[in-house]
Amino acid sequence: MIAFIARSSVQKIVTLFFVSIVSFLIIHLAPGQPSQVDPLNPKFTPEMVARYRQAFHLDQPLYTQYLYFYRDLFTGKTVSWKDNRSVLAKIWERFLKSLPLFIVGTILTWTISFPIGIRSAIARGSAFDQTTTFCAYLLISIPGFFFAYILIIFVVQTFQVPVIGMQTFGLNQSSVTAAVMDRIWHLLLPSVLGATGGIAVLSRYVRSQMLEVESQDYVRTARAKGLPAEQVHYRHALRNALLPFVTMFGLILPGLIGGSVIIESIFSWPGIGRMAYEAILARDYPVILTVNFVSAVLVLGGTFVSDVLYLLVDPRIRL
Amino acid sequence: MSATSPPPSPADGRRMELQVPRRSRWEEFWRLFRRNRLAVGGMIIFILFFGVATAGLFLTAGTQPIFDPALVRLQEKLRPPLARPHVDSLGAQEVPPLGVYLLGTDELGRDVFARMLQGAWVSLTVGFVAVGIAVFIGIFMGGMAGYFGQEFIRIGHLLWAVAVIAGAALLFSGIVAVGLLVGAGGVAGLVHNLTPKRISGRTQRSWGGAVLAQNAMRVDTLIMRFVDIMLCFPSFFLILTVVALLPPSIYNIMIVIGLTSWMGAARFVRAEFLALREQDFVAAARALGLGNFRIIFRHMMPNAIAPVLVSATIGIATAILTEAGLSFLGFGVPPPHATWGNILSDGRQFIFDAPWLTFIPGLAILIVVLAFNLFGDGLRDVLNPKLRERHA
Repeated sequence: MIAFIARSSVQKIVTLFFVSIVSFLIIHLAPGQPSQVDPLNPKFTPEMVARYRQAFHLDQPLYTQYLYFYRDLFTGKTVSWKDNRSVLAKIWERFLKSLPLFIVGTILTWTISFPIGIRSAIARGSAFDQTTTFCAYLLISIPGFFFAYILIIFVVQTFQVPVIGMQTFGLNQSSVTAAVMDRIWHLLLPSVLGATGGIAVLSRYVRSQMLEVESQDYVRTARAKGLPAEQVHYRHALRNALLPFVTMFGLILPGLIGGSVIIESIFSWPGIGRMAYEAILARDYPVILTVNFVSAVLVLGGTFVSDVLYLLVDPRIRL
Repeated sequence: MSATSPPPSPADGRRMELQVPRRSRWEEFWRLFRRNRLAVGGMIIFILFFGVATAGLFLTAGTQPIFDPALVRLQEKLRPPLARPHVDSLGAQEVPPLGVYLLGTDELGRDVFARMLQGAWVSLTVGFVAVGIAVFIGIFMGGMAGYFGQEFIRIGHLLWAVAVIAGAALLFSGIVAVGLLVGAGGVAGLVHNLTPKRISGRTQRSWGGAVLAQNAMRVDTLIMRFVDIMLCFPSFFLILTVVALLPPSIYNIMIVIGLTSWMGAARFVRAEFLALREQDFVAAARALGLGNFRIIFRHMMPNAIAPVLVSATIGIATAILTEAGLSFLGFGVPPPHATWGNILSDGRQFIFDAPWLTFIPGLAILIVVLAFNLFGDGLRDVLNPKLRERHA
């Protein structure tokens, strides 16, 4: 166990190192210069550009820039080129804004997809199964922003509530209930949209996992000895079918920072996805690279957590 | 792939009686596929979409196209679907060929039907080229990892490879002469190291040669670690970053989507190859003295291609969605080409005045992507030998 943890941490750190190199090269070798974002601006004199390039080490060779950047990152001194604010502080601030979306979306995904998946596995081939299968495909296939517009129009016209942004502007004097309801309405649509893809995929996965377990010998035995169907499904089958999903707790980690660019743009939600999008538009390399790095850390950490969880819950796995 | 029974041998009369009527591979495929009605529906739409896209290419291309997607009629803007044109205000060239705006017009009075026709071809090409690139890289990487995976990379190989990369970097940064020299040296070293040598008894190795011949890591490790690295990037964000930094072009989008989505195919091919290379027919092929290349492509690849085909079908759907998402954010295929994503994202400003500009491309994307997904999933069921026995 300890050997596994040690080996896999070393592996992950090496991977992370190469990720940092690759992302750095992708960004810096792309044509165009960050100092040329706004060439028509009369304030951008050649001296200004030169000073700017010098201040951010842009006049140095690439490997020096790489070292500078990661030294700053690890000492927490990276600043955004756009507004000179600390990148980590910026990300943290946006992260707190994205967090409610992530939490509500995750809760929705996990609470909705399990009942659906289990039910359609138990009633395999029934009308319910076929309908949910088709709906899952529908949800995977619909372009996110198209679906978002349909939902927005539907909700706004039916319930007469505002949904864009994080809260309604100028609602400070209203009662607490009204303010809370306002927040909930604003939160609901983007989280539902963020959850749709997850619900579709996860419910299919639950279904196939459940089907797999239901076809095992011990389930047949349980049924043969006359146990009620409920007990067979939920005590014998479900417990074993749930095993792989324990590990998925690790895999939702990257979603923390992956906040959807498209959904946050539609709802003008000031989350991480939107910040990254604005950083890309402004060629704010430190922000892009830091977001990339943090998300790589989360991906690697997530797989690590899920491996360890698998070791803990499944006694059959020995390394 | 189909595990049909072997042809009867005349000497073995007893086995003749047990022989089931032999079905061809395609008949067997179709017999199984037909049971999945959703998948058949998906396939029909898939074929229809092909037809429409090809027709769209011929009807909208050229200098005098039948349907001109770029023809601006400002006096006819935002006409609803099936509206009749005001013929008296239009020139002879400007009247739509069908005598009616089948799917309405957009804010510049362009015929949405013509634009959708053109966009079908563009979406199809984006999907197919991107997935083609991904599948090509995936098969190459996965095949290398699966087939040559247990071979070792020597330190010498790594050094020469570093020389090649350094040469390329020097060339790139303008130091042409040195770059060429280093790069060519690296290539020569690699070629020299990788060509199989005739075994000529014991050769005395110098100390330096021994270090260079030291095993560093397995091919499999190298390739799969690279896959892990690629999987660390959030894919849509990576695509968005690269597309935003590169000059806008339809080819860049295809290449970037392709370069960032080959990891699944590589993993599938590797897994299949690891299982296949232990099988008797591969050993037989090797015993016959066939070259590696022939064994890989003639004998192993046909057996490993099924999961790749499935993931490619679903990958095309994903690529079309990704293109639409990029168009929505303003980094899609640039203006002279109409794509469904473009039409949709331009139309969203007029969602209340002209809902057809949003709903027609949106529904079209939905239907086509749905069809690809259903078709791909049906394929998966049919091509999966485990499931096949259960069905049959």
